[in-house]
Amino acid sequence: MEKENLRKELKVSAIENGTVIDHIPSGSVFHVIKILNLTEYQNQLLIATNLDSRKMGKKGIIKVSNKFFKSDEINKIALVAPTATLIIIKNFEVIEKKKVEVPDYAENIVKCFNPNCITNNEEISTKFKVTDKKELKLRCHFCEKITARNNIAFR
Amino acid sequence: MKNKSLVSINDFTREEHIRILEIAGGFEKQPKQRILEDHVVATLFFEPSTRTRLSFESAATRLGARVIGFTDSSSSSVIKGESLRDTILTVSNYCDIIVMRHPREGSARFASEVARVPVINAGDGANQHPTQTLLDLYSIRKTQGSLDNLNVAFVGDLKYGRTVHSLVQALCNYNTTFHLISPLELKLPSSVKISIKERDLEYSQSTDLQDVISKVDILYMTRIQKERFSDPLDYEKVKNAYVLRNSMLEGAKPNLKILHPLPRVNEITTDVDANPKAYYFTQALNGVFVRQALLAAILGVVE
Ligand SMILES: [Zn+2]
Repeated sequence: MEKENLRKELKVSAIENGTVIDHIPSGSVFHVIKILNLTEYQNQLLIATNLDSRKMGKKGIIKVSNKFFKSDEINKIALVAPTATLIIIKNFEVIEKKKVEVPDYAENIVKCFNPNCITNNEEISTKFKVTDKKELKLRCHFCEKITARNNIAFR
Repeated sequence: MKNKSLVSINDFTREEHIRILEIAGGFEKQPKQRILEDHVVATLFFEPSTRTRLSFESAATRLGARVIGFTDSSSSSVIKGESLRDTILTVSNYCDIIVMRHPREGSARFASEVARVPVINAGDGANQHPTQTLLDLYSIRKTQGSLDNLNVAFVGDLKYGRTVHSLVQALCNYNTTFHLISPLELKLPSSVKISIKERDLEYSQSTDLQDVISKVDILYMTRIQKERFSDPLDYEKVKNAYVLRNSMLEGAKPNLKILHPLPRVNEITTDVDANPKAYYFTQALNGVFVRQALLAAILGVVE
């Protein structure tokens, strides 16, 4: 057990201060980076994907040095990575662990599934009200149609 | 309601709906009131809808307003690739209110957030057409004396008809009993039926038109389009089952009125037209009074 943990730790090195986002579905790692605006991040950023996970089969992990997210900022990733867990680290120590929560609104993350929606035909940010957090149902602010988990796509 | 856009029927409260119907009643008594003489109304029809456009333009003209605008984007700059945002921003400079029809769903909500003047949605794709709903409410209230506790049957295409969807939602505020008559393929979607269930209102669902006629105060007819059926044979099977003939109205209540959003094709035979229960042409006329009321209330010349 100890050994396994150590080996895992070596795969992606530890950070001194910052946030670890663990248990990201492998396919969603780059969506998460985009949603959190990390593409231009100037501090140390460690990204790993297709790691073995007992819980998930394959998973991704992102370690962001010197960054502590506000909850409404981090919760946006729940739409692409509902399984994600957050680990807050200060001085190499775990200060807090929590799960992400589906937000009340989603702005410019999700595509409206209605091809005739104005947001799919003009340059407009999408906007949804989350009407069902469990089943993940999003009501489009513009066309009023519901985009659900099975037809969700990201911008 | 001053300066408030009307995009979706739920943008206005029940009280505001009733207020619009009351103001419309005043315009029915005296249609020509030149109270908008120093106002400009822009009618932007990105797709043609002659009936709705004429109704709005008649309403604006009767109030003394100037009307500017266009029909069908092929004749305007839109075809050159101008964005909706730019068109709306530009037109905002020329008018006090925008009436807009557009083939894309959500376009009116977007326009209302971009425009510097209020926007009235005259139909955004398959989504909303709130002035139709208000004129339906006006017609029901006028013929029945009240909107409360009525028995209303919706007949025909309840699946795709946006007119039906918003009227059902609006009537949920008035303790309506609903009778939903349609072929199985064209039943009311569950996303609309949920508003009936949430209010715990009574409703029945059936495929039989004749059976319901004696029970209702309002018979709201709609057209069944052949294109809605994946199998043309299914259409052939049902097409005659939802046609209203004068002989079918024998056992009807004396106060029954027949509504239809028009245009009609063959779902109401012409021998019904002479029956005093036929109300669909007056219903269309009521649209002008309701649109007068909306223009006047949103521009703030009546309260
Ligand atoms: Zn949409």
